[in-house]
Amino acid sequence: MVRYSFIDHYSDQDSFIHRLDPRTKLVTTLLFILAVALTPPNSWSAFAIYFALIAALFLFSKVPFFYVLKRSLVIMPFVLMIAIFIPFFREGEVAGSYNIWLWEVSVTYSGLQVLTNIVIKAWLSIFSLILLTSTTRMVNLLRGLEQLRMPGVMVMILSFMYRYIFVLVDEVIRMKRARDSRNFGGKRLWQVRTIGNMVGTLFIRSYERGERVYTAMQARGFDGQTRTLHHLNFSKADACFGIGFSLVLILTSLFNPLY
Amino acid sequence: MEEVVRVDKLSFRYPDGQQALADVNLTIYRGEAVALIGSNGAGKSTLLLHLNGILRSNAMVKVFDRPVDDKNVRWVRSKVGLVFQNPDDQLFSPTVFDDVAFGPINMGYSETEVRELVTRALSWVGMAGYEQRAPHHLSVGEKKRIAIATVLSMSPEILVLDEPTSNLDPRSKWSLIGLLKKLPKTKIIAAHDMELVRALCSRAIILDHGQVIADGTTSHILADIPLLAAHGLASTGRL
Repeated sequence: MVRYSFIDHYSDQDSFIHRLDPRTKLVTTLLFILAVALTPPNSWSAFAIYFALIAALFLFSKVPFFYVLKRSLVIMPFVLMIAIFIPFFREGEVAGSYNIWLWEVSVTYSGLQVLTNIVIKAWLSIFSLILLTSTTRMVNLLRGLEQLRMPGVMVMILSFMYRYIFVLVDEVIRMKRARDSRNFGGKRLWQVRTIGNMVGTLFIRSYERGERVYTAMQARGFDGQTRTLHHLNFSKADACFGIGFSLVLILTSLFNPLY
Repeated sequence: MEEVVRVDKLSFRYPDGQQALADVNLTIYRGEAVALIGSNGAGKSTLLLHLNGILRSNAMVKVFDRPVDDKNVRWVRSKVGLVFQNPDDQLFSPTVFDDVAFGPINMGYSETEVRELVTRALSWVGMAGYEQRAPHHLSVGEKKRIAIATVLSMSPEILVLDEPTSNLDPRSKWSLIGLLKKLPKTKIIAAHDMELVRALCSRAIILDHGQVIADGTTSHILADIPLLAAHGLASTGRL
């Protein structure tokens, strides 16, 4: 069956990082991504420091290195798809030019720089997000968002997503099994149509489930207002970590030679 | 005997025109365990949804002598606990605790009260210690028990269950029946599992095409094979 913890794998382990308040982790992750995004290109020393910082945190959190690497690669196709053409369109000093059929294609240095810059920044950001989700249980992440005053409706939507993604995945697997056991094959067009029908069915089923869930909520007194009990504990460790982490970010950006 | 639920000439038509209930009359007394039996589409679930005001039509449902209307609906929902057939619909929170606490929180209990109610409801259904588990990690039987706990935590006087034993293997089914038997509440159970009806309910009501066909003691009704067969509840003998 489904590997049920594919969203917050390793989040049930224990380490200094796991024990931090989710709010601390959410805010520092956001700060980190912001700092990375605002770092000027070619500040290799700054990027090196950020990589070292993330690596150190991963080391502390005892999340296996290969797992992190594998997960981070998942987003690379998207980044590359967007950024791969930049070196060809950017004007500037030409690094090399090629003749492809009737076309002369040239790659510029500044274009390559932008490409590496985007890849590095995307990678750093995704590393920090993987660190966040693999050291914080989804439930606590939701509570953190709630206490950081994210609108209740949005927290609820995320919580429903987390609750029902597994139900949906199971449903898709069952549908695929039913399809394959009736000898799925035939022409490509026919296959596409079947998949289209499955997507449609899935949508209708989810929609109907949504209505049933809402009925179940009403039956237990839900009136549109979200109420919760959760309190999180902001401890000394959180304060230390938050301040220390921000300090590293500030120092890195300050001592970074600006171009 | 004290009347807890009274349904008077209740008719209901879904927006698509389908007549789901027609002139239903029934009275339920305190402490009874009543089975609503009927084939698929007979109107059982529709009737259940009327009992706590999710569906309201000609306002002829009374709970403890109060009509189920806009003014009373919140109060009615704290008295009538409705357990849905599919626990995946009933359990919508990321943890068991959140789900069992959902009702009491909506009812405005204080935090200590909520925690106490959750602990008590979970121990009633034999699931103490499951507070921090995620519903998608549980088995169907466990989910059913938690689903019952989510309404028990609201301390209802009447427990309404829609097909409580569907999708359960015999062992989980019988352990759930044992659990329900021990709960000191008025119970209204929609079912077409005759073993469940026989084991749990003293009274049975047959529903077909949205109408009450028969209402009597379980032993009496379940012994009337021609009646059951006529309403799709027993084999007609011709196979």
